[in-house]
Amino acid sequence: MIADSARGPAIRVQGLTKSYKDLHVLRGVDFEVARGSILALLGSNGAGKTTVVRILSTLLKPDAGAAVVNGFDVVRQPARVREPISLTGQFAAVDEILTGRENLMLVARLRHLKNPGALVDELLDRFSLTDAAARKVATYSGGMRRRLDIAMSMIGNPPIIFLDEPTTGLDPQARLDVWQTVKQLADGGTTVLLTTQYLDEAEQLADRIAILHQGRILVDGTLAELKQLLPPATVEYVEKQPTLEDVFLALVGEPDRDGAADDRNVGAVPTTSDS
Amino acid sequence: MNTQVERITSRSFTHFLGDTAVLTGRSLRHITRSLDTIITTTVMPIAFMLLFVYVFGGAIESGSDSYVTYLLPGILLITIASGISYTAFRLFLDMKRGIFERFQSMPIARSGVLWAHVLTSLVANFISLTVVVGVALLMGFRSGASVLAWLAVAGILILFTLALTWMAVIPGLTAKSPDGASAFSYPLIFLPFISSAFVPTDTMPGPVRAFAEHQPVTSVVNAIRDLLTQQPVGSDIWTALAWCVGVLLIAYTVAMATYRRKIS
Repeated sequence: MIADSARGPAIRVQGLTKSYKDLHVLRGVDFEVARGSILALLGSNGAGKTTVVRILSTLLKPDAGAAVVNGFDVVRQPARVREPISLTGQFAAVDEILTGRENLMLVARLRHLKNPGALVDELLDRFSLTDAAARKVATYSGGMRRRLDIAMSMIGNPPIIFLDEPTTGLDPQARLDVWQTVKQLADGGTTVLLTTQYLDEAEQLADRIAILHQGRILVDGTLAELKQLLPPATVEYVEKQPTLEDVFLALVGEPDRDGAADDRNVGAVPTTSDS
Repeated sequence: MNTQVERITSRSFTHFLGDTAVLTGRSLRHITRSLDTIITTTVMPIAFMLLFVYVFGGAIESGSDSYVTYLLPGILLITIASGISYTAFRLFLDMKRGIFERFQSMPIARSGVLWAHVLTSLVANFISLTVVVGVALLMGFRSGASVLAWLAVAGILILFTLALTWMAVIPGLTAKSPDGASAFSYPLIFLPFISSAFVPTDTMPGPVRAFAEHQPVTSVVNAIRDLLTQQPVGSDIWTALAWCVGVLLIAYTVAMATYRRKIS
């Protein structure tokens, strides 16, 4: 796995198509994600973002085209693709009846980690879930579920993570927490493919942005490159008003939130994978 | 080369066992944390047992000393039929929620996901069957059957549960609604009524009797009844085993094919 990861981009997609009867969801999608970078797949609802993620995570077979993850073809070598990846789907993939800790232990055991207990405690701490660890997930808020979901995806230190609309349905505070986590992942060298319908999310997080529209990639580039597609900026004088987000966060935000976020461990999780 | 292949095969088989054990542990927690599902599973068979023994039983000529003893095998099958609908229901919920996709995108033995539900069904049904037999004992059920005969009864019940559970996997994978996932078990619950479970088949009119005598429940009920009442089991046990194994193989094949189509 290490030897493979030295070669080529983490994800390469060429001419990917997928249709459901008359509905052509993907009409030839091409993009690449360099190792250790964050690509945001930006698109409105129904653009085909989830379909791309499902194909890349071996849950769905494409009609045509090639998708290579970590050097392995998703159709011909799905088992090899599943080893380095982790999927955080659109809906939190957590078990409601189990506790937060049990959910993490479940994934750690399925990844055949030795001594999963220590790693799980560390993740609970990192994602501020220690106090809720013994509670059933059914009692968790949306933000807590999402944090647990992402923590579960990080077990075993997968080098490639898919995040399908990770902040949809979250309140602003929880959204900032998720952004923080994604940045930490990338700083630790993880490749992240993120889908989102929020422009600011792509702007905040991504090294490159690919805009998916009606089953095709319209443009693909860095934020600066995308901005050059439009006429150069003109200078206008606008009264600086606080945004509603500024007001909301000033009123309800925990005063020590930034400090606490900075204190959290950044980067890769030490693991003891035996594979 | 050959040894390498063997090593990989044995490693993946160990992984299959390990993964299945972990996933079974998970779904067993679902059972122990919602014991009400076990109670609802046993309420209906126990109600039937009370109704038939204390209301209709006096008027039924079963040709047996104790009607509750005569009735119990059929009640046990009804218990299993109502129990396996929860397997379909739980599998359906897993499919609908993201957790199923998480498992499918992980490097685990994929069939372990189904086996975990099937093994959990065996445990859950064992608990409900124990509860039902306990109630039957209170109602006067007695058996002088040997340990070997009881083991044979347990073996038949396990095979019957396995066959019906793999059948339940199919609607669990394909249903569009939770009601649809569990509704398939209703005909299975009523199948024992047109069998030798409650009354001897020879009082039934021609076509009904022909159906009753040649459907699987009758041979299974007769085999268990003979074992419990220390009668010679005759050919019924072989017919019963053939039905169970046949249904099991077909249900398993169809369920696995459905699963592969669903996840690819």
